[in-house]
Amino acid sequence: MTVRESLGAVGRYVFVGFVFVFFALPLLWLLTAPFDAAPSVQVSLPDFTLQNFRTLWDNPYAMRSLGNSVIIAAGTMAITLVLAALASYALSRVRIPGRDTLLYLLLLLSSIVTGTAAMVPTFLLMTELGLIDRQLGVVLVLTGGLLPTAIFILKDFMDSTPRSYEESARVFGASSLQILRHVVIPIARPGLATIAVWAVVQVWGNFLVPFILLRSPDRQPAAVVMFTFYTEGGQPNLALISTFSLLFSIPVVLMYLFVNRRYGFRFHGGIKR
Amino acid sequence: MTTVPSPTEVDPAGAPSPEGGSRRARAVDDGDAAGLGRWRATGFVAPALLVVAVFLVFPAIWTLYLGLTNWRLTGLAAAEPEFVGTENYTDALSDPAFRNSLMLTLVFVFFSAIIGQSILGFALAWTARRLRPAVRSVLETVVLLAWIIPASVVAFLWLALLDRREGTLNALLGTDGTAWLLEYPMQSIIVFNIWNGTAFSMLLFSSALASVPPSQFETAKMAGAGTFATLRDVVLPNIRGHILTNTLLITLWTFNVFAPYLITAGGPQGRTEILGIYIYRVALRDGALGQGAALSLIMIIINLIVASVYLRLLRERRA
Repeated sequence: MTVRESLGAVGRYVFVGFVFVFFALPLLWLLTAPFDAAPSVQVSLPDFTLQNFRTLWDNPYAMRSLGNSVIIAAGTMAITLVLAALASYALSRVRIPGRDTLLYLLLLLSSIVTGTAAMVPTFLLMTELGLIDRQLGVVLVLTGGLLPTAIFILKDFMDSTPRSYEESARVFGASSLQILRHVVIPIARPGLATIAVWAVVQVWGNFLVPFILLRSPDRQPAAVVMFTFYTEGGQPNLALISTFSLLFSIPVVLMYLFVNRRYGFRFHGGIKR
Repeated sequence: MTTVPSPTEVDPAGAPSPEGGSRRARAVDDGDAAGLGRWRATGFVAPALLVVAVFLVFPAIWTLYLGLTNWRLTGLAAAEPEFVGTENYTDALSDPAFRNSLMLTLVFVFFSAIIGQSILGFALAWTARRLRPAVRSVLETVVLLAWIIPASVVAFLWLALLDRREGTLNALLGTDGTAWLLEYPMQSIIVFNIWNGTAFSMLLFSSALASVPPSQFETAKMAGAGTFATLRDVVLPNIRGHILTNTLLITLWTFNVFAPYLITAGGPQGRTEILGIYIYRVALRDGALGQGAALSLIMIIINLIVASVYLRLLRERRA
């Protein structure tokens, strides 16, 4: 190894060390504070206890908000999955005039009409429809935003599934819905699983849409409720916030790992955003 | 709700990856094997289109009208909004707060995304190639965690890190009592956003670098090219498309970011009031919905410009 190469190696590890500290430092708190008997905002070796999880369990708002997150995420995922599967299948198999233009137009719209840019018209629309402070409203708005990408990606999956099975099923007299259910969906399962996980991850962490559309604390999801955890003294309730943050983060991290392992293709980029 | 598919799935401009090349040669026959027929197919597509039309397309179009009214959240103008023409737009353009917000947004996007995330992401992807697999995967995991943990949680993690009295950063640097979020608010949210979003650029450039033919690296090495020359003559020509894709996407996303609201809420004195936060304040907190709709439209149009460049690339690639 030449001097230059070893200097390069040293430089590389110094850089990696710095970057590692930069990314890991804020995360450390999430590992120490939940288990600390007297959590502060500072990272420190915890005086180990599980008492904070008891505090979390006993807080009705915290547990309910996690339930709300599950409802909103599951609802959005289910509607997105069903509608996108139907649409992408039809678009993959039948040449509807203007199909490609339609797909690109939808994709364009979903990337420009973001929650942030469209918060005013979305808020007014939901007010007019009487869907303010209803979880259904949040689910519908989020579904509208996710569908174009879901259809776009699923159509790719549908395009790559063989058609010969469908032909045989048809010969045996299966209806198109039966074909979809018993032939196409089993074949496209990896694609559907991908979209399902992707949709849940998108919705789980979404703050803005439920923040502007939901008023009652007992309907708000975890992402919004988190910022209301204060002690009687007006200080953030750190025992509660830290355990809650941990519990709230674990599902998306697990789902990410699951998708990564199960469908090892380079899917990383799409799972968030 | 940013939902552009990632380039790792629909790789628009980059060089074809080894396994990606064959995927693109997809069988396009529309023989209608399932016997759907045009009508039933339309029936399958209709529900999805309806939801998209009502909750995505309609709000965008409605903004055109709303921005021309004096609609308010409460009071007389809430019941019967009046048509005020282009007043909201002229007001916005002459309002120092709006121009300030636009300027802050440019600074935020430029430094946190175009400079910060791109360069750090590339540097990580470049360095990671030569690390031991175990070290590489640990490094990539922390970068990814910063990206996939929900925004509300990471915002609080940064509030804890930068806390004035007990924050970990002050304890480490020995800068006790420094109020980072008051003294350096913009710098703080820029660094936060780099931390939060670099994973995407890292992943994109990792796959870009993997697509550079190894023989070209060999040739450069044999010719005695240094790191800089290799980057300029071998890497850059090969990943030009990826750089463009990455820049456009992170620009679009960062422009629409709302997470800094959870850290600074736009303050102190509007010093971190990027466009999304500004719209939220004007429209939903202060109640000037008509004004806010005009601002929304301006934001959608800027999005449209960036996104249409990106989609043109995407389409050329797939055609």
